[in-house]
Amino acid sequence: MSVQSPNVIFAKAVPDAAESSHRLAVWLVCCVALTVLLTCCSLGVGTSSFGTSWHWLLSPDAQSSVVLWEIRLPRTIGAWFAGALLGLGGAIAQGLFRNPLAEPFLLGTASGAALGVAVSLIAIDSSVGELAWAGKLGMTGTAFIGSCAAIALTITLSRGVLQTSSLLLAGIVVTFVLGAITQLALLAKPELWRDMQTFLLGSTALLSWSSAALLGGVFFVCLIPAALLSRGLDALTLGEDTAQTLGLSLPFVRLTLLGVLSFGTAAVVGQVGIVGFVGLIAPHLVRETLSVNHRQLLIGAPLCGGALLQAADLLSRWLVSPAEYPVGAVTACIGGSYLVLLLWRRSRNG
Amino acid sequence: MGAGACGLMAVTALCAAPGPTHAEGSVIRDDLGRDIAFSRSPQRVITLLPSATETVCALGACDRLVATDRYSGWPAQVRTLPKTGGLVDPAIELIVGLRPDLVLASRSQRSLDRLRELGVPVFALNSDRYADIGRTLRTVGRILGLPARAEELARSIDGDVRRIGGEEAARLRSDSPGGGAASAPPSVYFEVDRGPYAAGPLSFIGELLGFLGARNIVTPDLGAFPQLNPEYVVRHNPDVIFISAAEGSHLAQRPGWDTIRAVREGRLCSFAADTIDTIVRPGPRVAEGMRALAECLDRQAPRAAGVQAAGAT
Repeated sequence: MSVQSPNVIFAKAVPDAAESSHRLAVWLVCCVALTVLLTCCSLGVGTSSFGTSWHWLLSPDAQSSVVLWEIRLPRTIGAWFAGALLGLGGAIAQGLFRNPLAEPFLLGTASGAALGVAVSLIAIDSSVGELAWAGKLGMTGTAFIGSCAAIALTITLSRGVLQTSSLLLAGIVVTFVLGAITQLALLAKPELWRDMQTFLLGSTALLSWSSAALLGGVFFVCLIPAALLSRGLDALTLGEDTAQTLGLSLPFVRLTLLGVLSFGTAAVVGQVGIVGFVGLIAPHLVRETLSVNHRQLLIGAPLCGGALLQAADLLSRWLVSPAEYPVGAVTACIGGSYLVLLLWRRSRNG
Repeated sequence: MGAGACGLMAVTALCAAPGPTHAEGSVIRDDLGRDIAFSRSPQRVITLLPSATETVCALGACDRLVATDRYSGWPAQVRTLPKTGGLVDPAIELIVGLRPDLVLASRSQRSLDRLRELGVPVFALNSDRYADIGRTLRTVGRILGLPARAEELARSIDGDVRRIGGEEAARLRSDSPGGGAASAPPSVYFEVDRGPYAAGPLSFIGELLGFLGARNIVTPDLGAFPQLNPEYVVRHNPDVIFISAAEGSHLAQRPGWDTIRAVREGRLCSFAADTIDTIVRPGPRVAEGMRALAECLDRQAPRAAGVQAAGAT
């Protein structure tokens, strides 16, 4: 597998430091403003018209305040944190594997989570009440455990974290094998396919304050070590040997970042299912508009990812209101169109 | 298959010919619009769809079955038959090896074309709506040469369903606040899975709920099984929720759902796995499913006395 530095493929003229930090500041302000705007919009978008929602804000009754503050607000904030975690995961994965196509689910997280969910669905379905663990953990818990187990398996199969290509290959193997096991397990229970489909297409519909708080907590736990190790990712872009000669403890950097990536992604998958494209696109959006080092990328990509998933969530509940589209389908449409645009622009310039 | 379909077939002579040996030398159009010729009534039947298995057995032709799909489990005697896989993994070799003279399969069954290429007579069925149950029953009856029996059975099933529905609807009307036809029927939400996907009034299940006099919170324009925004359910505040037992116990944890009347007052209807089959499979056991729905709705729907008591406090 050929692995190239993102800086080689996505090279831009490097501006001087002052201009760069100025642009970064403008960019950050724009991102935050967009998020605030989307959050405000999300209070108005749902099963009621904008006018009605506006009326609710001014004179809430018992039911409308539940809809606004217990459903719409935690949902949009939870979506932001989930998107931010995916953006962060994408930035880490692309830096760590020095591959612009890397994304957070590369190490088998998604298929592990899907298997976990399938097992819990089958357990719940086959004996109600007897298997207390399945009910207690819920899909969220089993998805989280499943993705952690998948990553552990990937790392075991690749015999450590040092070989990028073996990690990627092991990730692919784990993804396909666990996927096949999931399908086989579900063959016996066709009525669970639909539940599984909901999970695989991702859903922000049932995010509550507790899930938003959980995602928020995980986000900050992940962001801090990632930002501290961003210099390691910068050094890695020069190649593994060079990074080592710069005095970097490569195993430590890799293991910590892999841990952050896995933990963050597993938390997202547990809460909202498998939402594709956000982790892949968010770092590219940052790189397209800014020329950045990894510290800036690790802050910019979550901001982008958060706004992206927030926007997708908004669209999913607005387009066919009061019905919904699965949020994963919306992100795939947005992300796919953006990638095509990127491709066309590049081929025209190149 | 009704008179309209017969006209379409352009073989009206065959279609009009009555009698118990109806299928002898007849051509019958399946639910993919393909005309299937039967020289005599089939004796070695394979069903690749649980509702088709149930239909064949309800017609008293269970002994003609030589195999079924993996999911057919009713009546008990079909459990010992060879299993030919499911919708996505049909065992072609096994099916062909059993030399069936009729395979009844879902319209979306993957193996339809392959089986036909291999010379197996495949008849595609599609049952989305309540009316399809009777139609399928009559069609299968004609194929098997049992049209009179099918007609009688279809009438009796439809009679049962409508009677159960009418009785429950009348009971709900007379018991509801205000009494009489002008009062509001109980509003219901039927969750198919935790998307949340609901059964709308255009779905087979939604039609049954409609017969019972319940008011579905989902409107027809949303389609048969729409994925709803959860706040839609909170806002429409259903009186009774139909849901799987596993999900039912977690409903109050969904954001805002603890304010829904059905959740607050525990007005939930969950069914055992074999009862669910009678409710979600559009087959000859639909009256049984209807009875289960009616019993639970009757138990859980808010009543005049309850409403008055609540009003008094």
